[in-house]
Amino acid sequence: MNNISRRGFLRGTLQGAAVGVGLPLLNGLLNDSGKAYAATGQRIPVRFGTWVWGCGFIPELWIPETTGSSFLLPPHLVPLEPYRDRLALFSGFDVKLDGVPNKPHITGCLGLRTGIPVPDSKVKAPTLDVLISEQTSDTRFRSIEVCSAGIQRSYSYRDASSPNPSETSALALYSRIFGEGFQDPNATQFKPDPRYMVHKSVLSATQEERHLLMREVGAEDRQRLDEYFTSIRELEQKLALQLEPPAAVENFRMPQKPPETPVNSEMENVMENHRLMAGLLARALQCNQTHVFNMLFSDTASNLRRPGHSSTHHTLTHEEPDDPQLGHQREVAWFAEKSMLAWKDFLDALAGIPEGDGTLLDNCLILAHSDCSIAKSHAVEGIPVMIAGNAGGKIRTGYHMAGNSDPISRIGLTVQQAMGLQVERWGTFGMETNRSISELLA
Amino acid sequence: MKINSPADMAKFSGKRIHPACGALCLVILAIGISACGERNQPQLREPEPVGGPALLRRLSESQYRASVADIFGPDIPVLARFEPGLRSEGLIAVGTSEAGISPFSIEQYDAAAQGVADVILSENRRSDFVLCKPESQSSYDSSCARIFVEDYGKQLFRRPLSEQQIQRYLNTVQHGTTQLGDFYGGLKYALVGMMTSPQFLLRIERTEPDPERLDLQRLDAYSRAERLSYFLTDSTPDAELLLAAEKGELDHNKGLAQQVDRLIALPGFEAAVRAFFRDMLEFELFNDLAKDAEIYPAFNSSVAADAQEQTLRDIVHLLIEQQGDYRELFTLNDTYMTRMLGAVYRQPVSPRSGWVKTELSYEGDRLGIQSHISFLALHAHPGRSSPSLRGKATRNIFLCQLVPDPPADVDLSLPQETATLKMPTARDRLAAHNTEPACSGCHKVMDPVGLAMENYDGLGIFRRYEQGALIDTSGFLDGTAYEDASGLAQALYDHPETPRCLVEKMYRFAIGRDTVWHERDYMDFLIAKFTASGYRVPDLMRSIALSENFFAIARQAELLDSQNVAQSPHAEPADEHIGKQTASEIERRKPS
Repeated sequence: MNNISRRGFLRGTLQGAAVGVGLPLLNGLLNDSGKAYAATGQRIPVRFGTWVWGCGFIPELWIPETTGSSFLLPPHLVPLEPYRDRLALFSGFDVKLDGVPNKPHITGCLGLRTGIPVPDSKVKAPTLDVLISEQTSDTRFRSIEVCSAGIQRSYSYRDASSPNPSETSALALYSRIFGEGFQDPNATQFKPDPRYMVHKSVLSATQEERHLLMREVGAEDRQRLDEYFTSIRELEQKLALQLEPPAAVENFRMPQKPPETPVNSEMENVMENHRLMAGLLARALQCNQTHVFNMLFSDTASNLRRPGHSSTHHTLTHEEPDDPQLGHQREVAWFAEKSMLAWKDFLDALAGIPEGDGTLLDNCLILAHSDCSIAKSHAVEGIPVMIAGNAGGKIRTGYHMAGNSDPISRIGLTVQQAMGLQVERWGTFGMETNRSISELLA
Repeated sequence: MKINSPADMAKFSGKRIHPACGALCLVILAIGISACGERNQPQLREPEPVGGPALLRRLSESQYRASVADIFGPDIPVLARFEPGLRSEGLIAVGTSEAGISPFSIEQYDAAAQGVADVILSENRRSDFVLCKPESQSSYDSSCARIFVEDYGKQLFRRPLSEQQIQRYLNTVQHGTTQLGDFYGGLKYALVGMMTSPQFLLRIERTEPDPERLDLQRLDAYSRAERLSYFLTDSTPDAELLLAAEKGELDHNKGLAQQVDRLIALPGFEAAVRAFFRDMLEFELFNDLAKDAEIYPAFNSSVAADAQEQTLRDIVHLLIEQQGDYRELFTLNDTYMTRMLGAVYRQPVSPRSGWVKTELSYEGDRLGIQSHISFLALHAHPGRSSPSLRGKATRNIFLCQLVPDPPADVDLSLPQETATLKMPTARDRLAAHNTEPACSGCHKVMDPVGLAMENYDGLGIFRRYEQGALIDTSGFLDGTAYEDASGLAQALYDHPETPRCLVEKMYRFAIGRDTVWHERDYMDFLIAKFTASGYRVPDLMRSIALSENFFAIARQAELLDSQNVAQSPHAEPADEHIGKQTASEIERRKPS
């Protein structure tokens, strides 16, 4: 990452002494097009995230009847009308199993995210959010994982034994991002703390152990050690950021500390936690604490439930018979609809933050997906996918595209390309593809 | 190795005997042996050690906290959140040798290290921890820094630091002192560096050639101390153990038994047994457990905490305090309870706070830990019970019998005709599972066991009826029939896999990996010893710690041989660590 002008100047004045430097609020740094910070020449960064909901959808209530840009929003997507132009809907894209056993709620989700079908959670490649996070510029957090339904897991895997854990409490998320160690970008005074410098040098001294240790352990353990040292280096970089004044952010307001809320899988609690977390995440993205996030709205084997009912969303998908009048499962449809309302809440949180000449959402690329299409049979064909945002102009949205049973890895490939990764080919076996979706790329 | 003939006898004794008198001797010996060995039990002599790969293990949360408490004191706060452990081969302990370290974890370890260092070096506490005084508080004192670094470095890294490592931390102290104008600030950051070092956070097993066996390696003295300590006390090696390692006393003939017995007598031994059972019983699932507040108003996080403590107390009481038979865990008819638990078990508990010994089978046929809330509530749904989940958990946890995943395209909604039938109890609702061919294979294994527990609802409260129908709890477990949960308890007590499974899990827990192919005979040996000891768990742990195989490490070549054997059609699957990156999955061990 280039450090120009402001930072270079300030570094010259540090040299271990505690220095207080007055900084103007930098509203005037945006150039006319609103797309870049004029003084540093840096573009507004594009943020990437995934948003996962469990147990799929009711096809007749979700899939638009026509493709292209002038389509009617089906009943469950009606709440998303305000975002019609910022959404691309994908139906009919399949996870190709190639004979690999389908582990319910796992194979579909991880197949979509890695391009490789696996019969359990032992992924054979990092999930695409991890690949993207490795390419984004240095931020305080490599990525942030959250779950609004009280489950500590995420579907973000660095490798088979290294899943990223999710935050489940809005309060804990707030403390982690905006508590100790957070630098308010609008602070008028910046005083670098020499302790960060000492701390940072301690961590870089730890790196000296690397060479010797790598020789002592076996091949697989070398990979794990590598991961450890990478995490240490990231921590070092985080401390280095503390030694520089934060890039000013227009319109940033410190979020309120959220109340302590019950964390469980009851629908209303989940919706509330989700709203709180979405708000915090949006602020975190706005001031570039991270550029990559993974939100798990409900677990893939959805644990959502209604108070007083003995069955969870997931159990209902298997046990509830079709309602003779509706032609589909009534209770399941209720949960599916709620999931789409939550998705709208999420988009509201991002769209509510002005950035440049638009909103934060305009500078995001969000991949929303489920783990299956028809939860009853754990079908991994036609898994619903939505892409939201404008990625700073790098993607085109506002249409519905039917996949005609194309491999779903086409979406993953295209998303990575839109985020600037140099990748031409992605996925294995039946999901190996080099055909990006040209409608999506601007 | 079974002794079936005088010829075997000769091999066993390892001596060459003159044929004529030899034959006579052998006959006499054989008669003698067969007279006392009528039950034909396997030999109680350990087979040749085999070992497995050297490992890199993360500290578990309990181990991290205990290590900090033992080194710095129990009142020093650890302000970190720990990511969930990775469960592998049925144990999180095995996952510690596979799990990666997420950036979140490093963040948290770093925060914890700073928190500890802040307290240790605060003005009013530093004299307790820094046993020397610097000449001036604002300048670097190399001799005092060295004392601090060497002392805490050795305790944290579980072995003495090399001169290079010491220099590195001394440089940190010096740099910190200069930058901050405070010697104790320099010490603080050196401590943070040591507590975020891989040498502290990871147990890196180091090996040396085995002097007695050319074909094997073994753990070096400090790695032996580490493995012993974390196995028998769930914490870091104490000063005496490190000294014994340094003096070479952790060799078998020299002092190993003494140290093992000393560790077993420490209070940490109870912590180790608790850590094992928390892992085996999957108590970390309580973190994600939710119960519907309207259906089970008695459930809350305090009840969940008490429920776990109840089971662990019973375990400690039977296995350690009473040196009892492990199998009796399944037929226990008394327990410890708090008043809050008494409300769930619907049992009067004396108004005093705290834990009280009381009858378990006050109401219903509760016997054993499998009838505790910690088992029944954990393996059930938020709003109802689940015979399948409980049956699967019983098989998996107590019998080491793995039930495969369900087929993906299972259709559980009923055809219209049967939907109108009355199905008040779970047994009725599961009937389809047990007749439908695609489902019955696994459900016949799980459901009969879980249905025996149907007198306890999704929280574990006793009930005789479900939706007005009397609950039928009869069934069978691998050929043993029973009428109710107490019959199931006896069936578990009698099942040959019950003690076998425990031995396997305890060994895997101790070494942090699955057993390798060539360790089968060693497992037989451990099981025989366990049986002979009256199924005493402390004796089992002692046997493992004192066995020759415990510290053995296989050479690389032997690991490859194991892999080759595993490729042959009828072989059991090999150690998971070998050749993991093959494209096809090696099938899991099937129930025996």
